[in-house]
Amino acid sequence: MNVKATLATGLVALSLGAGAAQAESVTIGMITTLSGGGAGLGVDVRDGFLLALEQADNSDIELVVEDDAQRPETAVQIAERMIQSERADILTGIIWSNLAMAVVPSVVEQDIFYISPNAGPSPLAGANCHENYFNAAWQNDTLHEAAGQTANELGYENTFIMAPNYPAGTDALNGFKRYYDGELAGELFTQVGQTDYAAEIAQIRDSDADSIFIFLPGGMGISFMRQYAQSGLDLPIVSAGFSFDQDVLPAMGSTALGVINTGQWSPDLDNEANEAFVEAFEEEYDRLPSIYASQGYDTANLILSALETADVSDKDAFREALRAADFDSVRGSFAFADNHHPIHRIYVREVVEVDGTLTNRIIGTAFEDDYRDVHGANCDM
Amino acid sequence: MSLALLIEQLLNGVQFGLMLFLMSAGLTLVFGVMGLINLAHGSLYMIGAFFCAAAAAATGNFWLGLMAGLIAAAAAGALIEVTVIRRLYNRDHLDQVLATFALILILSEGVRMLFGPFPLYLDAPAILRGTVDLGITQYSLYRLTLIVLGVAVAIGLWALIARTRLGIQIRAGENDREMIAALGVNIRALYTVVFALGAALAGLAGALVGAIQSVQVGMGEPVLILAFVVIVIGGIGSIKGAMVGALLVGVIDTMGRFLLPRFFATFLDPSQAMGVGAALASMLIYVLMALVLVLRPKGLFPAHA
Repeated sequence: MNVKATLATGLVALSLGAGAAQAESVTIGMITTLSGGGAGLGVDVRDGFLLALEQADNSDIELVVEDDAQRPETAVQIAERMIQSERADILTGIIWSNLAMAVVPSVVEQDIFYISPNAGPSPLAGANCHENYFNAAWQNDTLHEAAGQTANELGYENTFIMAPNYPAGTDALNGFKRYYDGELAGELFTQVGQTDYAAEIAQIRDSDADSIFIFLPGGMGISFMRQYAQSGLDLPIVSAGFSFDQDVLPAMGSTALGVINTGQWSPDLDNEANEAFVEAFEEEYDRLPSIYASQGYDTANLILSALETADVSDKDAFREALRAADFDSVRGSFAFADNHHPIHRIYVREVVEVDGTLTNRIIGTAFEDDYRDVHGANCDM
Repeated sequence: MSLALLIEQLLNGVQFGLMLFLMSAGLTLVFGVMGLINLAHGSLYMIGAFFCAAAAAATGNFWLGLMAGLIAAAAAGALIEVTVIRRLYNRDHLDQVLATFALILILSEGVRMLFGPFPLYLDAPAILRGTVDLGITQYSLYRLTLIVLGVAVAIGLWALIARTRLGIQIRAGENDREMIAALGVNIRALYTVVFALGAALAGLAGALVGAIQSVQVGMGEPVLILAFVVIVIGGIGSIKGAMVGALLVGVIDTMGRFLLPRFFATFLDPSQAMGVGAALASMLIYVLMALVLVLRPKGLFPAHA
């Protein structure tokens, strides 16, 4: 080996070494729901996120995960602690919109990035949008708007609609009504975490509804569907995917078969990134991924893609890198609108049984690739 | 609004109330006899539901599952009493609250480690699915069964306390602990039995309700709060008070959720009425509790009048 080559190799090694030393470590704080009735959602977001980090094998990233127990005050405390003592650069993880509304505005004001893997309350997409807030999942209304659109296509003319009384529930009913053309047989707010729906089911029975739209994520959906199955009512249900995904389907059982629901993702979605994701997730955790797991996975990959082109300490550069959304989303086409919420396609899915396991399969498209939420119009970014 | 709807809602309220009674009976018994505030009562409800779901899934038989849930909850209750609760009888209520709150966290985490973070599947037995025709309205057969079972357990509990030797000891224990110990009753064993009995009732409620709700970690806490409301309204330590309180809470909560939005809809636009009605309905039972506390500070049927 001649001297020149040796020198060149040495220089390359040096510059590589220097490069590695320059890449600063990044702390990501994940605040999510790991206990209580909403735990299934948080566990899936976390596991999807962890899978992506593991695949990237980036030793500069440190992830801190904490349980908010679905309580806003706990989430606020954890966020403060993560910023003050852990020196977190990026926060993520919150499942519930009421928690997001309590945490996100003050976090982004402190010049910390918040990337939402789930909650997308309308104020944060509209008037209260912020340059440091990104949503890698959807704006809350989105899947419900798609459900309203689907109800029209299915020919429903008198739908009974129902959601829990919290920000995402309001967004759900507003979203559904924005696209739905028929009459409303009734409109109900239930309580968050409610377990008994006998009073609501009796009112559905008493109305002359021809169909039902529900938004009841987590255990609420399981309770409703069990009681609905035993009520003797047999109206078709249309819903957003949150109430009929892999976290709750095994517990719902055959009652859920045939329910039409909407989602930006489905396990059978035909693209390379998704096939690899579903396979790796099953391999790692021995269960099918849910829509929440796919969002956790997308969120992590979005952050990883931005870290590849910019340092998190250079806020402006990192923000631009996030905005570019240069990653392979498992949902296929993905871009950010001006309000930092996704522009993406929304599918219509049906609950089916495959090899003894309840899951979803795509049966159509509600909105094409260029769908974006309406609240962006109120955001002056 | 039809009569059929009103009757169906009334039945719903009664059914809800009877399940609340199963929860609050144990809570009020333990407080009445041992003077103990047990926050972990909701965890026993959860244990009943989880063991019922797991056993029903393993054997394919709901009734075996129900037995398993009942036994698991009673066993867990006895175990907790012997290891932890026994040390708390002479402490003040704040220590009891602290220790039993710790038990909630430990039991929830334990159940999660054992059964995983996702809800379990549990369905009503095939024979109880579907509806019955009550002439005026269709009603879920399973809920009707819950009403019958709830009444049966209430009568059984009354007979146990009013008619058996154990019942005499329990009543004596409520009135004067030292005296019945002096009379040669094994007070430690009596306490364990009472605690296990309360746990079994909670486990039974959890297993029965588990078939129509989500069997998930933390399912006991919302019910526990309602059970506390029930015993405060009924009078702490009184089984009869628990029964009346539970039915009141069950019926008022159900009727409020159903009637208030309709009431506001008569003069507000539907969306607004729904919001206001739902918000007020969720407060209704606490308003009731506050009223009872103002008018009868010791509850409707004070145990130590």
